[in-house]
Amino acid sequence: MDPCVGSVLKAVRRSKEDKKVLRKQIKASHTLLKHEGIATSTQPTKSLVVANGGLGNGVRREELSTVLKEMGEVEALVMPPYKPYAFVTYRSEESAREAVTQLNGLKLHCEENNVTLYLSYVTSVTSEEETSVVLPEGLILVEDFVTPEEEALLLAAVDWSSSTDDVTAEKALKHRRVKHYGFEFRYDNNNVDKDKPLAAGLPEPCLPVLKRCLNNRYIDIMPDQLTVNQYEAGQGIPPHVDTHSAFEDTILSLSLGAQTVMEFRNPDGRFVPVLLPGRSLLVMKGESRYLWTHGITPRKFDMVPAGDQPPPVGIAADVRACNNLTLSKRGTRTSFTFRKIRHEPCRCAFPSACDSQGSPSPPSPPSLPCCHDDAARLEEEYVHRVYDAIACHFSSTRHSPWPRVCHFLSELLPGSVLVDVGCGNGKYLGVNPEVTAIGCDRSKALVQICMVRGFQVFVSDALSVPLRSASCDACISIAVIHHFSTQERRLVAVRELVRLLKPGGKALIYVWAYEQEYNKQKSKYLKEKNKDHHENLHSTDDTLEERQEPHVESVGCRRHLGNSPVDSIQDVDKVADGKLSVHTNRTAFNTQDLLVPWHLKEGKSRDEVKPQKSGKKKTNTKKSKLTSDNSGLPSTLVSETESDCDRKSNPEFDTNISSPSDLDSAEAPVLGSECDSGPMPVFHRYYHVFQQGELEQLCGQVMGAKVRSSYHDQGNWCVILEKE
Amino acid sequence: MKLLTHNMLTSHVKGVTKGYPLLIKAIEVKVNEVEFNPTFVSRMIPKLEWSALVQAAEELGHRQDLPSELVADYENNEDFLKKVHRAMLEVEVIEGCLQCPESGREFPISKGIPNMLLNEEEV
Repeated sequence: MDPCVGSVLKAVRRSKEDKKVLRKQIKASHTLLKHEGIATSTQPTKSLVVANGGLGNGVRREELSTVLKEMGEVEALVMPPYKPYAFVTYRSEESAREAVTQLNGLKLHCEENNVTLYLSYVTSVTSEEETSVVLPEGLILVEDFVTPEEEALLLAAVDWSSSTDDVTAEKALKHRRVKHYGFEFRYDNNNVDKDKPLAAGLPEPCLPVLKRCLNNRYIDIMPDQLTVNQYEAGQGIPPHVDTHSAFEDTILSLSLGAQTVMEFRNPDGRFVPVLLPGRSLLVMKGESRYLWTHGITPRKFDMVPAGDQPPPVGIAADVRACNNLTLSKRGTRTSFTFRKIRHEPCRCAFPSACDSQGSPSPPSPPSLPCCHDDAARLEEEYVHRVYDAIACHFSSTRHSPWPRVCHFLSELLPGSVLVDVGCGNGKYLGVNPEVTAIGCDRSKALVQICMVRGFQVFVSDALSVPLRSASCDACISIAVIHHFSTQERRLVAVRELVRLLKPGGKALIYVWAYEQEYNKQKSKYLKEKNKDHHENLHSTDDTLEERQEPHVESVGCRRHLGNSPVDSIQDVDKVADGKLSVHTNRTAFNTQDLLVPWHLKEGKSRDEVKPQKSGKKKTNTKKSKLTSDNSGLPSTLVSETESDCDRKSNPEFDTNISSPSDLDSAEAPVLGSECDSGPMPVFHRYYHVFQQGELEQLCGQVMGAKVRSSYHDQGNWCVILEKE
Repeated sequence: MKLLTHNMLTSHVKGVTKGYPLLIKAIEVKVNEVEFNPTFVSRMIPKLEWSALVQAAEELGHRQDLPSELVADYENNEDFLKKVHRAMLEVEVIEGCLQCPESGREFPISKGIPNMLLNEEEV
């Protein structure tokens, strides 16, 4: 090639790249304005907002600071908690200008993931979090309550090696190790056997510590029950309220070893993350004990105050009260929880959360079905109703087709008849315009969205699809069959696909995989973060959209989950009493049959939650359009809010392969205005996640079809079936 | 619901052996113009149950003298392809219902969407 031409080409390419960065930067500033009220300025100033460079995106203060300092002297770096952006103020405008020129589009390699930075000028650096957030009523945190010597003694008093657990009731739970003294806390009924004290009383070294608690009036009575929990980095405990009828008011929790962040949530939606340093004592009393849930999100990093300066006492406990935050890697933490067994019914002032006062206890999770009727009922409640209720929000997170599904579709011959059984919002129906695509779904609300997008759709169950036999050249079943709750029903679903195919026709099936880590690669679902910078911007947007805090789980709130075996896959279904366990979003699966929470986004009005009269549908569809730009993969630190995943577990490229029709083509709708003020509901969807080989085995039972290929794609098992 | 979709749909009520084609009881029918693509239409014709398309078009008053038997050499017959295009892709049932010819079971069509869900005892 002529060297001259080569350099021109390079220049063109370069400027294309620049344009892309510019486009992303503008988009980021729009998002910031829209969702955070942060106005960016076109005039250079000393301060910049760094989109994607936030704690919410897993960026550590040190990493960001290093990069920013290369551009000039930094006066201040503000990293608001949970946010996907940061603010930097330079000493001089020149440095800020330098940063904008040099750092826009820069890929920052962090420990857990990579992000692409976009910088814009701001006139002022504001932080709405400056006002200190009040700790839950009745909560006291006493730092340095025990000395390092006492800490060592206490830790030494717990013998994790003992294999007989009748003395201290030791259990390896899903997310932590636990040991009980005095009385055993039973996770099946969330209560204690008050008549069956354990042989081991409280360990000796606890006594001086407890006496000090008495003297300091943190407690009035000596506790008689101790639960020791040990958490490795990445482990946690689901949000819960300690059963009222089991324990008296005050609960003491001593943190030993590494620090962690415990999250308190009020049913009214308030959320307070509290930093628990090593050797600190947490006293939970009154409202904080009876009404607020507390839990620890399983993750490897926490947001903590940065630097050596000790945070001011009092407000320090709520990590958000501090703007000078960074991420701290978790270590092993051991907590000693001291409680006093209650022998009379609880008469607290919080009947809504009190089992003694007949509060509707959290709905008991369903059991695995053993007959057809049970299965149908389970799916009705935990699949069909949920999709109808979350349709709009769900659809807004499902805008990007998965590349390998698109590949399958693009290989179909022109004029092929394609049926998407379980088409959701129809994101695959328009991928290949050369084929005739028809979709069906069990959810009327989702089918309605497809219709508005101009696709041919009908409402139907995947077990009995009302289409002529041998009428299709291809079928796809993407993230559908894992919603059937018995092997028999899953088999019927595959048979139905094969029935629809012409001889030689192909079906592509995707189901969610039990193995979210395959060939040493974690799926996107586990990693959340993406290498592709396109997606980072999506992440940003998503995070901005998702700034709501995690919600209290309606199911499993007071249930400690995870007493299921973790070692053997063969045992995974035999959970305690056959009850389905609630999955912790973005963690590995511990069972094959489970309930996956879906946290409805804030800002969704009630009318979107309930099945509704058709007149309102357009409103909703419009809304989903409004949010669809902002969806992508949620970031680590806020991941609990937006948690769904199956379809999202795949790469969500900033794709050009989007559907040809657009919601905008629908008649202009009016936006719904009534917003829900209460806490947003959490829905649970039933899943059967497939083990390696299981899908092939299932397909192998269907006569007249052969598995042509099978593969693992980002946490899904996939097969291509061909009808003979 | 376009008639192309109708052409694919069949009754799936338990025990029914002759559930095809579904009868259309239309309340509201619309004709939406769709860009004519003769190649596409030619490709679709062999995938159709021809008589079912003609019957459906007849029921909706949009037969446009389509013959009961598929004509030969239709690929080059633009006039014919246009009529098929109209019947297959432009005529849409917005409100009404589909009826199983054997059991009489009706499946509502609302806002252009057929609801083919069965009750438990029908499966």
